Amino acid sequence: MIKKSILLGAVAAVAFAGVAQARDQIRIVGSSTVYPFTTVVAETFGKKTGMPTPVVESTGSGGGLKLFCAGLGVEHPDFTNASRAIKASEVETCAQNGVTAITEMKVGYDGIVMANAKSAPTFELSKEQIFLALAKDVPVDGEWVANPNMKWSDIDSSLPDENIEVLGPPPTSGTRDAFLELVMEPGCEAFEACEGLSKDEFKARAFTLREDGAFVEAGENDNLIVQKLEANPVALGIFGFSFLDQNQDKLHGSIISGEAPTFDNIASGAYPVSRPLFVYIKTAHMGVIPGMEEFVAEYTSEAAWGPEGYLSDKGLIPMPDAERAKYRDAAMNKVDNVNM
Amino acid sequence: MTDQTAPPTQTNPAMDRMKASLARRYAAEKRFQSYGIIAIILALSMLVTLFATIIGTGYTAFVQHTVHLDVTLFPQDIDPEGNRDPEVLARADYQSAVNDALYSLFPEATGRSARRDVRALVSSGANFVIRDMVLDNPELVGQRVSVRVPLATEFDQVLKGNIDPAVDLGVIRERSTDIPWTLPPGERLISEGQADYMQQLVRQGEIDASFNRWFFTNGDSRQPELAGIWGAAVGSFFTLLVTLSLSFPIGVAAAVYLEEFAPKNRWTDIIEVNINNLAAVPSIVFGLLGLAVFLQFFGMPRSAPVVGGLVLTLMTLPTIIIASRAALKSVPPSIREAALGVGASKLQCIFHHVLPLAMPGMLTGTIIGMAQALGETAPLLMIGMVAFVVDIPGSPMDPSTVLPVQIYLWSDSPERGFTERTSAAIMCLLGFLIFMNAAAVLLRKRFERKW
Repeated sequence: MIKKSILLGAVAAVAFAGVAQARDQIRIVGSSTVYPFTTVVAETFGKKTGMPTPVVESTGSGGGLKLFCAGLGVEHPDFTNASRAIKASEVETCAQNGVTAITEMKVGYDGIVMANAKSAPTFELSKEQIFLALAKDVPVDGEWVANPNMKWSDIDSSLPDENIEVLGPPPTSGTRDAFLELVMEPGCEAFEACEGLSKDEFKARAFTLREDGAFVEAGENDNLIVQKLEANPVALGIFGFSFLDQNQDKLHGSIISGEAPTFDNIASGAYPVSRPLFVYIKTAHMGVIPGMEEFVAEYTSEAAWGPEGYLSDKGLIPMPDAERAKYRDAAMNKVDNVNM
Repeated sequence: MTDQTAPPTQTNPAMDRMKASLARRYAAEKRFQSYGIIAIILALSMLVTLFATIIGTGYTAFVQHTVHLDVTLFPQDIDPEGNRDPEVLARADYQSAVNDALYSLFPEATGRSARRDVRALVSSGANFVIRDMVLDNPELVGQRVSVRVPLATEFDQVLKGNIDPAVDLGVIRERSTDIPWTLPPGERLISEGQADYMQQLVRQGEIDASFNRWFFTNGDSRQPELAGIWGAAVGSFFTLLVTLSLSFPIGVAAAVYLEEFAPKNRWTDIIEVNINNLAAVPSIVFGLLGLAVFLQFFGMPRSAPVVGGLVLTLMTLPTIIIASRAALKSVPPSIREAALGVGASKLQCIFHHVLPLAMPGMLTGTIIGMAQALGETAPLLMIGMVAFVVDIPGSPMDPSTVLPVQIYLWSDSPERGFTERTSAAIMCLLGFLIFMNAAAVLLRKRFERKW
């Protein structure tokens, strides 16, 4: 028993010795959409410089910003990934906790695709048609009624005579938010019934997806959606472009508003459903946590985020030259472009 | 009397009822037995399906295709000073040496895009394989070394038949065969040029399939061909070490006190009920508690195995206390009475006699608790252990992940090469769990005393 209590004491001593320990590796939190890209940069940075590889946590955009804004000091992260821009309320929280200087670094674009199995024909959809297929209530002759469309051909006779079945991400996902904003909102706006609605009412109409089985929440794991699509050729899935890119032998992306979800179309901005991805930098930590400057330099190097860079191999859509130069300058010069 | 020995007539109603009832009871027994057999068959078939799927997708991860390269390590590129300083050697550029070796295999590839295709054939970690070789043996600088570097994951997956073409490994080994593509060019995951280069490498016999040692020695990586489980395994080890060294002594001490010393009153009843309740609390709750207490109050580092170990200690304590109390209860009172009878103190009686006899049962409970802790991810999410960690942790204070978290992270990665690695990591985790449970069973069988 005495031996055991010594052991216990030793473990406790080890545990509490680390409390005020300095940190020599970079800590990054945030969006699971940006995670695959930031981790590649982190790994390359670690191998190239020989410094400890940054630790990247996948917490979601909101969770990441919450941790990021919790304060300054080694116990708080240095960067956060976000698949949406920081909100004014989050900037305020940051400022209250002493995080007053934040640099926003846009890193590239991500396309959101609707894809199905190769054994099924490619869909050609407009945003209005997607709205009619997925909204909980749709306007029929100016009246809002529960979505009556059970088959794609109910919406438009040119679409296949198949049941509507769409697998998509749950409400906690940033992909879902972006899809609602980029597809469902303009889809709703195309109808007269959506005009003149109050802001809240419009959101309720446009952003509520149907719950009668035509839209299936398939969980956060996009690989799962890919597998389900393979098994079920009738279904369409909604997920990030990198998963389509990696499964081009099994799936093909639906054409939305006349544009196919290809790398070039998303990069040129022709494909309508794409969103910017961000990394936020806690500039006060630069110079305190070793390696932050070098990490930013690696991220903003042409070898990483350039058109031929390794991030584009992973499915990140690069920004145009001017935009890359702008964000590289901002990040390298620690410009506070959030609080401006 | 002869009437009674005569065979019962067909019309005896009591006898008929009895016979019918007997038949019913036999039938009921038969039915019950067959239900049991069906249940076992169902459970077994599910288990077999699970294992078959995991092993079926995962076994290919233990093999990695490598390319044979003759790399010339020019001293002026790698070590211009010539003093073989490990610092200089570690930072030197080995990529150009790899590229030159690749270009010499395909002299006809001269254009920019053709060369890009050629470079894409080998893993982007090939230069680090060579760097590690040079660091191990600095004499290699200035020599032409023959080295096997991992093939890039897409090509590795093609050769394994996991992505188009659907062929088995045997076809590829016959050098004369063409790769039987099932998809037309343009729909494949690799370009036409790359397909040609790969065909050439196969014909020349430069590609080999060998045991994938990187899978067992590397930490996590975003390149599937370089990703390994060693970092997560070490993280799991540290986490379990902390858990074991805290939960076993605390659990056993609590059990001994409650079972042997504590007065039986309302307070001990409340404690007992609460311990049983704690065993049923969802594990994510312990994660939240860990976040609030260990990270926010004590300011301990995020993602560290020591915090993970503390959280899992809270989770396994009830299991260990309950098992230990059961083990103590099963020691017959005669042992205690005999010890006390020959003049042992209560403490001597417990530590010399009761505890050693109860130890196998306690250890069994502890091992089962540890196995539970090994498979846990939910509470670790809250304390930042669901993270991308490349460096192998050197102590319980370094950031790390654990095996189940590694499986979760890989399963969510877009790269196709991670599919097989996910299953392979599951196989390793299951291996550990089976080993631990087998140890528990063995301990029980070996040391169990029947009274």
